[in-house]
Amino acid sequence: MADVLTLTGIRKRYGGGKAPLIEVLHGIDLSLAEGEFAALTGPSGSGKSTLLNIMGLLEPPSEGRLVIAGEAAHDLGDDARTRLRNRYLGFIFQFHHLLPAFTALENVLMPVFAGHGRVDAADRTRAAALLERVGLAEHAYKQPVQLSGGQQQRVAIVRALMARPRLVLADEPTGNLDTQTAADVFALMREINREDGTTFLIVTHDARLADSCGRQVRLVDGSLKN
Amino acid sequence: MFVPTVAWRLMREGRFQSWLILAGVTLGVAVVVYITAIVSGLQANIIDKTLSTQAHVTLKPREDVNLRQITVPEGETLLAEVETRTQRENTIGNWQRLKAAADTVPGVAASAALASGPGFVVKGGVRKSVVLMGVELADYQRIVPLESKLRAGRLRLASGDVMIGTELARDLGLKVGDRLRVVTATGSAESYTIAALLDFGLKDLSRRWLLMPLRSAQNQLGYRLDISEIYLRADDLFDAEALAAAAAARTGLDADSWQETNSQLVTALRSQSASSNMIKVFVTLAVALGIASVLVVSVVQKQREIGILRAMGTPGARIRAVFLLQGALYGLAGSLLGSALGAALALGFTRIARNTDGSPLFPVVVTPSLFVVTALIATAVGVLAAWAPARRAARLDPVEAIRG
Repeated sequence: MADVLTLTGIRKRYGGGKAPLIEVLHGIDLSLAEGEFAALTGPSGSGKSTLLNIMGLLEPPSEGRLVIAGEAAHDLGDDARTRLRNRYLGFIFQFHHLLPAFTALENVLMPVFAGHGRVDAADRTRAAALLERVGLAEHAYKQPVQLSGGQQQRVAIVRALMARPRLVLADEPTGNLDTQTAADVFALMREINREDGTTFLIVTHDARLADSCGRQVRLVDGSLKN
Repeated sequence: MFVPTVAWRLMREGRFQSWLILAGVTLGVAVVVYITAIVSGLQANIIDKTLSTQAHVTLKPREDVNLRQITVPEGETLLAEVETRTQRENTIGNWQRLKAAADTVPGVAASAALASGPGFVVKGGVRKSVVLMGVELADYQRIVPLESKLRAGRLRLASGDVMIGTELARDLGLKVGDRLRVVTATGSAESYTIAALLDFGLKDLSRRWLLMPLRSAQNQLGYRLDISEIYLRADDLFDAEALAAAAAARTGLDADSWQETNSQLVTALRSQSASSNMIKVFVTLAVALGIASVLVVSVVQKQREIGILRAMGTPGARIRAVFLLQGALYGLAGSLLGSALGAALALGFTRIARNTDGSPLFPVVVTPSLFVVTALIATAVGVLAAWAPARRAARLDPVEAIRG
C-alpha cells in the first residue's frame, strides 16, 4: 500500500542566537501507510507534540524531508502548508476545541468553509450524514456548550473527517474523557478507520488504548524506539 | 461567505464589547455630525445675512494715484514729501459697455449699475443724512433680493418713487404714499413719493439707505450719465476673489470682493472652521483608537479559535479580512447611529436656541451628503483602525495559539 506520510531524517531545533540551542527531535524516520491505525506514545517531554505539529504541517522541521500524499512539504511557506493542511489533513485536539460561536453542524462544516470560503448543499448533506453516523443528528443545531464532553468530542471527530482527509492526526483525543466515554470515542475512530480506510495517527498516554491499535510508534527523548 | 459569517459570529459572541465600542463610535460620530451641522448652519447664516445687502463683487472707478514725474539722476538722492491725493468724486463713464464686459466674465451670474452718493432727506424742518442709491430695480434685485425685506407698500421704482428704510420712516414719521424732499450737495432738491418701506436687517442701513430710480440719482448727484459702481453676483460666492480679479482685468476698473470688504468676518469664519476641524480630527482619532483597542483585545481572546481555524486550513489573508471587516462594520454601524443622533441633537438645538420672536436663531445644515461622507469616512477609519489587530491575527502561529 502507498504511504500517506513519509518522514526522513526529521530534526527539530529550538532557540539559537542568544538562547541555548536545543534539539527536540534527533532524526526521525517514519512512514504511515494508507489505512493504518497507529498510536504514538511516549513520556511527557519526549517530543510527541512537536512531531505531531511537524506531521500536521503546523510547523516546519529544521532538517529532513516530509512527503505527504506524494507532495514534498518540508520547505514550503505558510500559505502552501495551509493549503496542504486543508486538503490532506484532519485534526482532533485533546480539548475538542469546537468553535463556541457556531452550531455542531457548522463546526463540522468548518474545514470546507475555511478552505473554500463557502459551502454548498452537498457539503451540508455530508455534514448532516456524518453527525447522524455518530448519533448526533438531533443535536445538529445545538451550540457546543449544550453538548456533553463525549458528544463534543464526537462532533470534533466528524469535523476532522469532513474534508475527506488522507490522514487524521489526533492529540490525546480521549485525554479529558471518563474511561467509558474514552473507550466509545476510541471505538468510533477505529470503526471509521475500518469502514472508510482513513489513516489515523493517535497520540495517547493510555497503554490499553494504544495496545488496541494496529501499530505502536514509541518516542523517547526525541528518537523512535521499536 | 466565510469572512462575513465568521466576523459577525465573533462580534455576536463578544456582545458586551461590541455594544460598548458601537456606543463609542456612535457618540464620536454624533459629535462630528452635530458640530458640522451647527457650524455650517451658523456660517451659512452669517454669510447669507451679510451678503443679503451686499454684492459679491463691487466694481469702482480706479483710484487716483500720484505718479512720480521727476527722474533722479544716477548717484543722487531725492528727498521728497508726497501727499496722498484727494480722491475726486470719481464716476464711471460709458458704463453700459463696461457692465456688458463684466457680464461676459465666466462665473458672473448678474450685474447691476448703481449711482450712489450722499444727500439729505428733509421733512418738517428736520434734515436726515442719507445715501442716495440710484438703481434699475430689476437688475438690483438680482444682486440684493428685496422681497424678504419688504415691510410695507410695493417694490416699485417708477419715476418719482423712492423706497426707504423702516428706521428712517420711523424717525421722520413717514408711511407709504407720503412725500419727502431730497436735497444734495449740488443744490438739487426733488420731491418723491414713498413706494415701499424696507427692513435691510441692520438698523444703520435701514436709517440711511434710500433706493431711487437710477436717472433721478444721476441727476441729483450731478453724475450726468455716469454711475459710481457696478455690482456683480457670482455663481459661487466663494469664487468672488478670483472673479474680482478677472472682472478688474476685463474692465480696467477696481474690484473688491465681499471677502475683502468683510475681511474680519472672513478671518473669524476661518478660525471657527479651523477649530471645529481640529475637534473633528481628534474625535475621529479617539474613535479609531477605541476600535483598534477593542479589536486587539478580541484577537487575544479569540486566539484559540483563530488557531483552530488556521490549523484547519484557513489562509492567513482570510483571517485578516475577518478583522478588517469587523472594523468596517463598527465604523459603518456607528456612523449610521451617530449621524441620526447628531442630526437629532442639532435639530433639537434649533428648537431651544430661538430669537425673541420665536424663530430659530439660525437653520442647521443637515444634508444627505453629510451622512454619506460621514459613513464613508467612518468605515475607512474602522478599516484602518483594524489594520494592526488584523495583521496580528493573521500572523498568529497556530501551534502557539491553540496551546495558549
